[in-house]
Amino acid sequence: MVEGSRWRRWVSFYIPLTAFMVVLLFPFYWMIITSVRPDKELYRPWNAKNYNPFWTWNPTLEHIRMLLEETMFMTWLWNTMLIALASTIISLICGVFAGYALSRLRFRFAGMLGTGIFITYLVPQTLLFIPLADIIRDFHIGDTPWSLILTYPTFLIPFSTWLMMGYFKAIPKELEECARIDGATRWQAMIWIILPVAIPGILSAGIFAFTLSWNEFIYALVFLSSSEQKTVPVGIVSELVRGDVFFWGSLMAGALLGSIPVAVVYSFFVEHYVAGVTGSVKG
Amino acid sequence: MSQAMATMGRPHRKAGVLEDERWFASALLFPTAVLLGLFIAYPFVEGIWLSLTNSRVGVPGHFVGLANFDKVWNDSIFRTAVWNTCWYTFITTVLKLVLGLWLAQLLNRNFKGKAWVRAFVLLPFIIPTVLSTFAWKWMFDPTFSVLNWMLFQLGFITTRINWLGEPGLAFASIVIVNVWRGLPFYAISLLAGLQTISPELQEAAAIDGANGWQRFRHITWPLLLPVTMVVTLFSVIQTFADFQLVYVLTGGGPANATHLFATYAYQIGIGTGLLSEGAAISLAIFPVLFVVVLTQLLYIRRVETR
Repeated sequence: MVEGSRWRRWVSFYIPLTAFMVVLLFPFYWMIITSVRPDKELYRPWNAKNYNPFWTWNPTLEHIRMLLEETMFMTWLWNTMLIALASTIISLICGVFAGYALSRLRFRFAGMLGTGIFITYLVPQTLLFIPLADIIRDFHIGDTPWSLILTYPTFLIPFSTWLMMGYFKAIPKELEECARIDGATRWQAMIWIILPVAIPGILSAGIFAFTLSWNEFIYALVFLSSSEQKTVPVGIVSELVRGDVFFWGSLMAGALLGSIPVAVVYSFFVEHYVAGVTGSVKG
Repeated sequence: MSQAMATMGRPHRKAGVLEDERWFASALLFPTAVLLGLFIAYPFVEGIWLSLTNSRVGVPGHFVGLANFDKVWNDSIFRTAVWNTCWYTFITTVLKLVLGLWLAQLLNRNFKGKAWVRAFVLLPFIIPTVLSTFAWKWMFDPTFSVLNWMLFQLGFITTRINWLGEPGLAFASIVIVNVWRGLPFYAISLLAGLQTISPELQEAAAIDGANGWQRFRHITWPLLLPVTMVVTLFSVIQTFADFQLVYVLTGGGPANATHLFATYAYQIGIGTGLLSEGAAISLAIFPVLFVVVLTQLLYIRRVETR
């Protein structure tokens, strides 16, 4: 409970919390207001008179129209969605299998493999993007969605494996032993007995993986070159900035529309997402 | 589920090769091993090889030993990048940790609308970094900056602040945006840690006469240390290898003053096509990564054997 006298409550709680919230959320408000504000209001110097930056009485859809009609934004959105979904599904399958093997099966090198996967978890994309660009070219998958669908799992699998191991460890061993005594094969026991119990974990891993691949930038920037293959972040960086000219209205509209899918997924599964974040650090 | 029961109800168990625990484990690990092998282990080896040759885009090079590292080491922009990366990691980590702890403490209280506040706090972390960084770039705009407008209206400044145009300010700007983006991750993870600490401990200490700071110092902090360690180590790696934020906000400028390892590696390796030199620059991330991973593994081992 928030305790103490009234002014102490304000100083130690309400004021700092409000300040945090305002700072954390202001850029999003700014994104929204910029994307509906006409150019003649946008490009007024900050020290102009009678300037009211926080509100507009003449909202316009011009920036959104330009974004949708003059760029391939919808294609980028579709590409991003496809790549995020495909790489999430691949990573979930791999992560669930690997997590199951590492946490519930006894075999040689299990410990070593677990450590190995944990280490790849910590490898940042920026360490490998240059040699990887070479390899992608050798495999002839450069400038196709496959270059990302196959490489995103490298940072999603380790994380999903790690998260799933935590969930699987908590399930009692007797559960699948019973099934196996009843005649189920190892595969059946895993799919029909253990997986249903671990669904919250799978959901957390999936949502986290989806937002991570939606967020990925450097691989997409390096591996994709033609406009119709780009993802939202790369498309916006490369096509709404021409030389030194920034189309701020459309840029912000693109940033806003490009964030909506993740925001929607997130809003439906906040609890799972939070479990994913905290699970990823607890292990 | 009924179908499951039906298949399981069969009296004879198929004695396939997958019934062997080791074979089953190998089969389950196979797809992961292939993907991680092809796209992490192989590029890593390839990266080391590249950094020892003089390849350019489209031109396979030959072995040149440590020439690239030698060249990079004597490159003044690289030295600035090393210095920047270390400072950037250090300052942002301290700020995110301190502010994150504070925010976590605030969120750990009971108040109306708590679930909403907590959901909104994570927004900067889930919205794609490139997109939110553009919002910041627009807020830092030299002519139309809303931040300048606010500071001016509040009477803090009389002339404009050229946020991204001067080396010191540009560095401060990337620090601000990084802290803004990373803070929610710290706050929410630390909040999860705080929630595992029994409130009775705090109450007992309060009855014994401990003040707020003493309770934090002797109860909250030690119990929160394991979570804090892991969160910090993760964030240190991410920050050290940061790319997108700087790429969008300053592009390494003004005059190469805000480059980090990754942005400089990109500029050299992809921008100018000197693959080998770029690979050498990004490999410079590795020693730090190695130390952090080692710390983390030793720490986990210590916790597990305790």
